[in-house]
Amino acid sequence: MGKTITEKIFDAHFKDEPFPQTIVLSLDMVFCHEITTPIAITDLIKRGKDRIFDPNKIKAVIDHVTPSKDSKSATQAKILRDWAQKHKISDFFDVGYNGVCHALFPEKGFIRPGYTIIMGDSHTCTHGAFGAFAAGVGTTDLEVGILKGICAFRIPKSIKINLMGSLIKGVYAKDVILEIIRILTVNGATDRVIEFCGEAINKMDMEQRMTICNMAVEAGATSGICMPDIQTVDYLWPFIEIEYKNKQRAVEDFKKWHSDKDAVYEKEYNIDVSSIEPLSTVGYKPDQVKKIKDLSDIKIDQVYIGSCTNGRISDLREAAKIVKGTKLAKGVRGIVSPATPKVYKQALEEGILSIFMDAGYCITNPTCGACLGMSNGVLAEGEVCASTTNRNFYGRMGKGGMVHLMSPASAAASGIKGRLTDPREFL
Amino acid sequence: MKEFGGHVYFLNRSDINTDEIIPARYLNEVRKEDLAPHLLEDLKIEGFDPNSEYFKKCRVIVSRENFGCGSSREHAPWAFEVNGITTIIAVNFARIFRQNMFNCGMLAIELPKQEIDSLFKDCSNYETICDVDLSQKTLIFSWDKNKSRSIEFSISAFDEALVKAGGWVEFADQRY
Repeated sequence: MGKTITEKIFDAHFKDEPFPQTIVLSLDMVFCHEITTPIAITDLIKRGKDRIFDPNKIKAVIDHVTPSKDSKSATQAKILRDWAQKHKISDFFDVGYNGVCHALFPEKGFIRPGYTIIMGDSHTCTHGAFGAFAAGVGTTDLEVGILKGICAFRIPKSIKINLMGSLIKGVYAKDVILEIIRILTVNGATDRVIEFCGEAINKMDMEQRMTICNMAVEAGATSGICMPDIQTVDYLWPFIEIEYKNKQRAVEDFKKWHSDKDAVYEKEYNIDVSSIEPLSTVGYKPDQVKKIKDLSDIKIDQVYIGSCTNGRISDLREAAKIVKGTKLAKGVRGIVSPATPKVYKQALEEGILSIFMDAGYCITNPTCGACLGMSNGVLAEGEVCASTTNRNFYGRMGKGGMVHLMSPASAAASGIKGRLTDPREFL
Repeated sequence: MKEFGGHVYFLNRSDINTDEIIPARYLNEVRKEDLAPHLLEDLKIEGFDPNSEYFKKCRVIVSRENFGCGSSREHAPWAFEVNGITTIIAVNFARIFRQNMFNCGMLAIELPKQEIDSLFKDCSNYETICDVDLSQKTLIFSWDKNKSRSIEFSISAFDEALVKAGGWVEFADQRY
């Protein structure tokens, strides 16, 4: 019987099976940010166990509230900063160098196919785009990961999503994952890994694959995962060139992680992506998804373009194509948060930030802030946001606010009209 | 090991997420105790008031499906813990929340949908007590003066070991 990519990664990282169906894995990377890590740090100190398993396998960033907005967030940042310094964690990213973790860490080349990764953040599944097993965990799992370099998992089953066909104009990776979540529902993949494959995924670059894998958790999945291929190699090339010398060699080597043809899946879905139209969520759950053209009576107060889902350079480029030469509708606030300093600088150099500013957008520094209602764009009671983020829960971007999740192009189009808008009207 | 059982609060909705359990605006707290006044502050369910006297004496939550979905924040189980709620019973849980509960030495117990449905139907209008017998894997619900029901449950051997060890840090540190 063949194995899935996830089963192969589990085999390669097996450390213990303390009880049936529970596997303890050794970890290649433990990622940390300033919201969930400080309590792990203070608990380790309290227990007299202020140690780390490997300073090269721990990466840390201040990203959720940055620059610090008040004394409490400054304290969280300081705990992480002091700890990183004390333990000689050289890959620590502070103000000026920091960005949204799931955009920054891939950009820095920290992920490889076949890796096991945890972070105290549910969108850690993003890194599955590289063919890694990457799972969000809580602070206690993170604490043990920091201390011992291990994490326990129930053996996950795999769901295979075969994406066929080509995207039509105005439809992006975000629309594809919203459609998948609609089909699977918000808990349709709990304790499962979603394996994304098929010609549509093969055609997607790494940024699009990250958008897809990022939201696997919104269907309850432990992780999303894609097969590493030439796209993966192209993205990672500056970091792996010394090791592999030529790209084909890397592509061949990464095939060792590919799911076998006779691997066993709990369920398989075939989705023709050419039938997907631009989508938006409507309601407070990410599986409540409709065609955005049918939602044009919904007025908005704010547009938000950013986050670990859609704050990368390709996202800003797609939105800017629509924004160019237009103005935000009267009364609509626009906020763009490039996800990393590199994205920010690229957007600056390409003139993208000027396009947004001319249209009336505010450009903020890279941060998670508004996505979870912590800073930089929180909604008031009754306000509505067209957002490129990943969660539309009640109160997510501010108590009493309504969030509609959509692609950067749809968010940009909605900003122009002041109501939810199909981006094809501007393409 | 923590204490389990006591008064029950029925939260009649599926997909209660961790943003509702503890909103992100309180995630800049670094002491668990400071989360206590904000538990379920943003949860909108008709008749539910997190400041009510009855809710404050509850030690057990019974809810529907996909409890604890969304953010990985362990602040969610902590917010329950610092309010004395150490047992949550539902049809099923989001993975990270469920593991966070056991990692903290608390109970996230899954019961079949029919069982949860009948608990809501029979008990949710009454003051209800749930006794938890971990060794026998039995829950005993008592309501309306003299009515009671005994329900068997199962949790994985690993999760049970975590509860008995007082959490994953203790377990992992002894074993690895």
